[in-house]
Amino acid sequence: MEITLTHYLVVSTIIFSLGLLGVLIRRNFIIVLMAVEMMLNAANLNLVAFSHHLHSLTGQMVALFTIAIAAGEAAVGLAIIVVIFRNKIATNVDQINVLKW
Amino acid sequence: VTALAFYYLAAVTIVSGVLTITLRSPVHCGLALVAMLVHMAGFFVLLNAEFIAAVQVIVYAGAILVLYLFVIMLLNLKSDERVFHKRYIGIGLITIAIIAQAAVLILRSPFGGLTGEATPDVVLGVGQTKAIGIVMFRDYLLPFELIGVYLLAAIVGAIVLAKTPAMAARPPEPPSTGADDGNGASEPAPEPPAETVGAHHGGHGH
Repeated sequence: MEITLTHYLVVSTIIFSLGLLGVLIRRNFIIVLMAVEMMLNAANLNLVAFSHHLHSLTGQMVALFTIAIAAGEAAVGLAIIVVIFRNKIATNVDQINVLKW
Repeated sequence: VTALAFYYLAAVTIVSGVLTITLRSPVHCGLALVAMLVHMAGFFVLLNAEFIAAVQVIVYAGAILVLYLFVIMLLNLKSDERVFHKRYIGIGLITIAIIAQAAVLILRSPFGGLTGEATPDVVLGVGQTKAIGIVMFRDYLLPFELIGVYLLAAIVGAIVLAKTPAMAARPPEPPSTGADDGNGASEPAPEPPAETVGAHHGGHGH
């Protein structure tokens, strides 16, 4: 059975949905960031699958840029977690509501 | 063989994704995320994108996950007894149902579009890394440089954020309040918020 573009899109959709569900239901800040990484990875899989399907290298380029942006986002997010943990002992996203109006 | 590899990778990826968002301990979640990312690199190999697969393993599994595990173990996180937002599960499932509906609609549409010139024969003739390097430095040079600037800004931002507050708070005033005075590391006047916080706590205590 031939593996088509649709198979990759189904896997990518499932991973993206899992990441979204993780962002919505987890309370731990670090695991919320991990779920964001999962969503970015699902987008990468989509990009590379379309790049393979359409015979173009542009999708792989955008996937590379997404990986770089995910790296920066992880670094800044974890720095924010360290600062929050140092100021008040909380990694629960419910207790970090200073910016919420 | 390709189909078998695809189904193996899909199964492991989805199971580790489920484990990532359902396990209690953050360390276990991180390890499940490593498994998911490595198998995602396997997908990229199947899609003739070996360079992306190598970058995925090096950057994600090598750098980002080490960063996560460092932070988890540095902060000595305990797993909460209440892990999930119970009231958001319904909203999350409804959202996912909407996404699935949109995905079904998208999957039914035919994928046409303009195909490029980088057919697998061309790419394999040049070499995948060389082909992507040519595209990167010929067509996408400006975005590449912008990504470099972005990464520099992210590094500087992370260092500024995570700097210890004692070094930042020393110039305005002597460190008399103790080591846990970490409020407002980069503020020009870090003492008044700490005082008000302390006053509030004292008021509640009395």
